Amino acid sequence: MMPLVNPFTLFFASIFTSNILLSNFLGMCSFISISKDWKSSFGLGMAVTVVMTVTTLLSWLVLHYIIMPLGLDYLSFIVFIVVIAAVVQILEMIIDRASPALYMSLGIFLPLITVNCAILGAILFMQIRNYGLMQSVAFGAGSGLGWWLAIMLLAAIRERIDKNPVPAGLKGPGITMITIGFMAMAFIGFSGMIAVQ
Amino acid sequence: MAKSKTAAILKDNLWTNNPIFIQILGICSTLAVTNNLVNTLIMTVGVSLTTAFSSFTLAGIQKLIPRKVRMIVQVVVISFYVILIDIILRAYFPDASKQLGPYVGLIITNCIIMGRAEAFAQANPPGLSFWDGLTSGLGYMAVLLAIAFVRELLGFGSLFGIKVLPESFVPWTIMIMAPSAFFLVAMVMWWAKSVQAGKAQPKASSKPQEAKK
Repeated sequence: MMPLVNPFTLFFASIFTSNILLSNFLGMCSFISISKDWKSSFGLGMAVTVVMTVTTLLSWLVLHYIIMPLGLDYLSFIVFIVVIAAVVQILEMIIDRASPALYMSLGIFLPLITVNCAILGAILFMQIRNYGLMQSVAFGAGSGLGWWLAIMLLAAIRERIDKNPVPAGLKGPGITMITIGFMAMAFIGFSGMIAVQ
Repeated sequence: MAKSKTAAILKDNLWTNNPIFIQILGICSTLAVTNNLVNTLIMTVGVSLTTAFSSFTLAGIQKLIPRKVRMIVQVVVISFYVILIDIILRAYFPDASKQLGPYVGLIITNCIIMGRAEAFAQANPPGLSFWDGLTSGLGYMAVLLAIAFVRELLGFGSLFGIKVLPESFVPWTIMIMAPSAFFLVAMVMWWAKSVQAGKAQPKASSKPQEAKK
């Protein structure tokens, strides 16, 4: 029952039309707290993209070669979480060894990612929609890039908002939510381009 | 004395330190289901129970957990309860379970649960932690049900799936789509902050600021 979607189409669809953050609300927590600052947003976005691509690939393999043949479907949540935690940990170690400069800019965000709902969300969507291997990787990479795009846009907008007067009760998270709402509306405008779901 | 403490926790979690409009935690996984009251109710009950039971368990075993692997133990305990909830939903509410799709699994990464485990269950006895988790869930439930009420009423003209508005009512499509949830959350925040500021007590949060993830 694999949906017959070209992985390439899926890649673009998950960036624009079904952006994991703006249409599925995933990864909101770190999205709101980190987007105060442009530089950190860039780093976190990069980290999410990398982790998401790697974890969707690995969990597809785990799902199809370990969980399904053994009939362990009911354990899949725990397995996915462990895969994510392991990938994050390993990635942290690799980056630390390979490039201390990159570690300084990216590494601090990695522990945050284990509990980022977007990562687990992407994996669960992949499982429920029965994506194939190529589709899963495209979906993971696309969702990660979509998340990155969204947080960069929000960080840029927030920088402007900070310089402008906002009603006292709306300061901080309130106005941010409204901004995200407008961004979500803008992204709905893309939905005519590619339809995947 | 014990009674006043439980009451204090209740008030704190429902109002002064509400997980949604003050702590901004856990909006991730559940906003997506707020265009429908039934799903919201099921989802928030799931979150409350998971928070309560995992806080209870983690408070009970926290002395046994080495600090280094604390995170992973927490996640495993939480996923254990989420799996239970998922299985119960599939058995008794197969339709709702299908509609909620991945969002049941996403309770695991709901920041409220981890947040309570870190901030409260670490330093408190199991019974109190259970109560804290439950009330956090209730504070969360109250806000999300209010949002779902507006969205379902205006988006479909119904409440809990029962038509309440006359046929002549034209549904607001925007209410079913994602942006409306953001706007409504912002409005709840605005309202809550204005009311709390109106009380003019500068000691708005009685707890020290908890660590945010």
